[in-house]
Amino acid sequence: MEEPKSSAPSSRSESETDEKGDGAGAAIILFFILGLAASLLVGWIAFPALLYSEKRQPVDFNHALHNEIVDHGCASCHFFREDGSFSGAPKLAQCIECHREANSDDPEEIRFVEEYVKPGREVPWLVYARQPDCVFFSHAAHVRMGGIDCAVCHGPIGESTSLKPYQVNRITGYSRDIWGWNIAGIKRNTWDRMKMDDCAECHAQARVPGGSVQTQKDGCFVCHK
Amino acid sequence: MKIDRRSFLAFVFGGAAGTALSPLPWKLTDDISIWTQNWPWTPVPPKGETTYVASTCTLCPGGCGIRVRRVEDRVVKIEGRSDHPVNRGGICPLGAAGVQLLYSPWRVRQPLKKVDGRFVPVSWDQAIGEIAGELRELREAGAPEAVAWIAETDRGTTAELIRRFLTVYGSPNFIRTPSAQDAWETALYLTQGQRATAGFDLERVSFLLSLGSGLLEGWGAPPFVFRACGALQDRNGRFVQLEPRLSKTAAKAHQWLPLQPGTEGTLAFGLIHVILKEGLERKPFVATRTAGLEDLKRNALREAFAPEAVAQATGLEAKTVVELARAFAAAERPLAVCGRGAGRVPGGLQETLAVHFLNALVGSVNVEGGVIAVPEPEYIRWPEPEMDAVASQGMQTPRVDGAGSERYPLARYLLNRLPEALLQGEKPAVRILFVSGGNPLYSLPDSERTAKAFSRIPLLVSLSPFLDETAAAAHYVLPAPTYLERWEDVPGAAGFPKPLIGLVRPVVAPRLATMPTGDVVIRLAQRLGGTLRAAFPWESHEVCLRQTLAAAWEPLRKNGFVLDESFRPQPFETASRKFEFGNAELKPLAEFRPHPAPGDPGVFKLTLVPYDSLRLTAALGTPPFLVKALESEILWKNDIRVEIHPQTARDLGLADGADARLITPRGEARVKLYLTEGIRPGLVGMARGLGRGAHDRYLAGKGASANRLLAAVEDSSGFEAGWGIRARLERA
Ligand code: SF4
Repeated sequence: MEEPKSSAPSSRSESETDEKGDGAGAAIILFFILGLAASLLVGWIAFPALLYSEKRQPVDFNHALHNEIVDHGCASCHFFREDGSFSGAPKLAQCIECHREANSDDPEEIRFVEEYVKPGREVPWLVYARQPDCVFFSHAAHVRMGGIDCAVCHGPIGESTSLKPYQVNRITGYSRDIWGWNIAGIKRNTWDRMKMDDCAECHAQARVPGGSVQTQKDGCFVCHK
Repeated sequence: MKIDRRSFLAFVFGGAAGTALSPLPWKLTDDISIWTQNWPWTPVPPKGETTYVASTCTLCPGGCGIRVRRVEDRVVKIEGRSDHPVNRGGICPLGAAGVQLLYSPWRVRQPLKKVDGRFVPVSWDQAIGEIAGELRELREAGAPEAVAWIAETDRGTTAELIRRFLTVYGSPNFIRTPSAQDAWETALYLTQGQRATAGFDLERVSFLLSLGSGLLEGWGAPPFVFRACGALQDRNGRFVQLEPRLSKTAAKAHQWLPLQPGTEGTLAFGLIHVILKEGLERKPFVATRTAGLEDLKRNALREAFAPEAVAQATGLEAKTVVELARAFAAAERPLAVCGRGAGRVPGGLQETLAVHFLNALVGSVNVEGGVIAVPEPEYIRWPEPEMDAVASQGMQTPRVDGAGSERYPLARYLLNRLPEALLQGEKPAVRILFVSGGNPLYSLPDSERTAKAFSRIPLLVSLSPFLDETAAAAHYVLPAPTYLERWEDVPGAAGFPKPLIGLVRPVVAPRLATMPTGDVVIRLAQRLGGTLRAAFPWESHEVCLRQTLAAAWEPLRKNGFVLDESFRPQPFETASRKFEFGNAELKPLAEFRPHPAPGDPGVFKLTLVPYDSLRLTAALGTPPFLVKALESEILWKNDIRVEIHPQTARDLGLADGADARLITPRGEARVKLYLTEGIRPGLVGMARGLGRGAHDRYLAGKGASANRLLAAVEDSSGFEAGWGIRARLERA
């Protein structure tokens, strides 16, 4: 309906466009760049900042210090049970073996004894490496049978003097360590990420058997039981 | 510079490009997919420490060893025990779905009493007290024999507690749920003089001849049988299935011979005929270790069992019968088995005897790769109880089901005859009936008549974890714990060729206000006092179990089972110390008589044959996982499908998927048709296990029950011998 009105000025606008050609073109480029820059900022900086919330571990544990004292390295506290299952983060009972009382005047240790040991409360450790329930992972298969070092997946955490912050993904509820701290998903070390592709990479290299009979592809059922 | 529509679009495009170049969309997609896995209603195991408990599965008589995975105190998975002799790591779908029975919302939560036709919850004290009161009254009236108890099995401490209770109370009416073992046990006793169950050394067989046994459909201990059948094929052995329809077993066999249903015994005699006529029997065994071959010859060499006559009866070719007999006799380790489908119906004694004779002729009795008489375990040695005059008198009365009477001297239990007995007389012969297994109101044929018979009983007490058909009709329901919540000894595994005791142990604390059947017996005895109290010195079934097993308890508790590795078949115990093809007791059974399907063939032109499926369990109730996994050839939406041959369908003018009415002399059901060439023309194949009562939302209202359409057929020994019924199909 507005056809007649707009058709008249249309010839004029063509010439105007010509006249202001550069200016309009520049505006378009400028706005494109603006949009690009803004979304890049959102995507690379704002989004990760919003996606993760940071939590501190309930007790700031010093791995390096303990590692010097114990006899069997990581396995002193993170051990295999008799039936071959893995104990994971230690239970309070293990800590109490040495820390019935505070052994030093370190304020963190004293707080630990006061808040957890004395009332007999389990420490709600935040597990960096917790995988979704659909993943079956056996420490025995990797460490005992595969002979893989703890650090290959968990990094040099045994040398740290302080626990790194735990960032939780607000959407999934899992630790940031699964996707990796690099938001682009780029990794430099084997322990930087713990996504399925990272498992698969190593499984392919090690030629882990258990490929699917039907599809002749890698075995889904190796991990997704 | 003017901000117009174009610059806005430029901004949007720039934004889109930038977004695509940032991790946001990719990371977000990944996160959202993980988020969907964590919706609160998505079932995931709880977090916590994982532990395993070794126990024994009792969902069928298979007696498999299971390994139950728990997270904290929640059962999350049931696996087969890889070190268990029966299943060696294997498990059947029912056993794996057992978790759903433990956590089923349809379990009975506390004792129920029927008041004005509706169940009201009552306390254990009240329920036991009231039932004990009724028992006392009946006993004081001098009629203790009017009490009967139907149990799943007659072995193990629970069964012995029940039997002891009845004995001291004064009733001979302990009744075991029927199965193909009834006929096998009797056959072993008659021919070998051994009181034993039949084990089948399937792992060493080289020629397996199955007369209708659903070897891959629940017969024996399924994981054991599965493994043995697989190994037989690997060894290049031969496996022949004789069955009127192409069951899963038939499909896996080397040869499927679709014989007319109900002619399995005739065929067995036909094979015997050929073997004897051609002198193919295993001479050293027959000559030295058997007696009475003349009796067998007299019967089997009749014209009725000549290949042509057998071919006519069975629908096979005479040539096939002869070839089969020769191949069977020539095989290194031949073995014939019977017990239709899953073996939950005894089948006729004569048919089983025919199969047993066939095995004896080829020397496959009590040897490697043969039928092996596995002795009944003897670890229960309690002191003889003291009985008062009422009890002694009651124990003299004949059994209500007629087993052991002059008419049925061979049978020990005849549950199939109970409905008939109940319908006799002005007052029913049973005044108080306890049912702790078998769900007879569903699993006996001719459901309507069975229900009518049971409704005459003034006091029916059900001890079941679920409100099954029998419990729903009961006056009291005393909820039993599931097999994952109690102690139990399980002597033997169905068809397993070695003596074995398995232990059921509580994997979790009882979820509901349940009581093990053994404890109910002890509590009732304590309430009744006198000789009854004195006969039960144990405070609970668990204590009784520990004391009974004595030295065997610790190894059993530690290992979960005790296997007699060194077991060798025992010598025959007949008068001649030989395997007897004929003797005084066998005489009345000598002349083989097949049982025709009931009904007038003029009116009912077809024959209905029920069949078993591994995914449907008749007695207990099928867990939702298995209902979901039912093939569309069995269940289509909520309708049961029955198999008919396309030719039969053409004659009737019915198409695949058509709705029809299946009518038999006993009842009628709405069905849908499934046309398949995997069944003989003129037959209607129908799965057992559907058409359940309203107690379970996942199972109820689906399909129809074959037992509503079937009639009871009794052989001359009293055993249930039915295999089908005449029927007709009409367009619905
Ligand atoms: S075969 Fe029987 S005993 Fe074995 S797991 Fe299945 S249901 Fe249980």
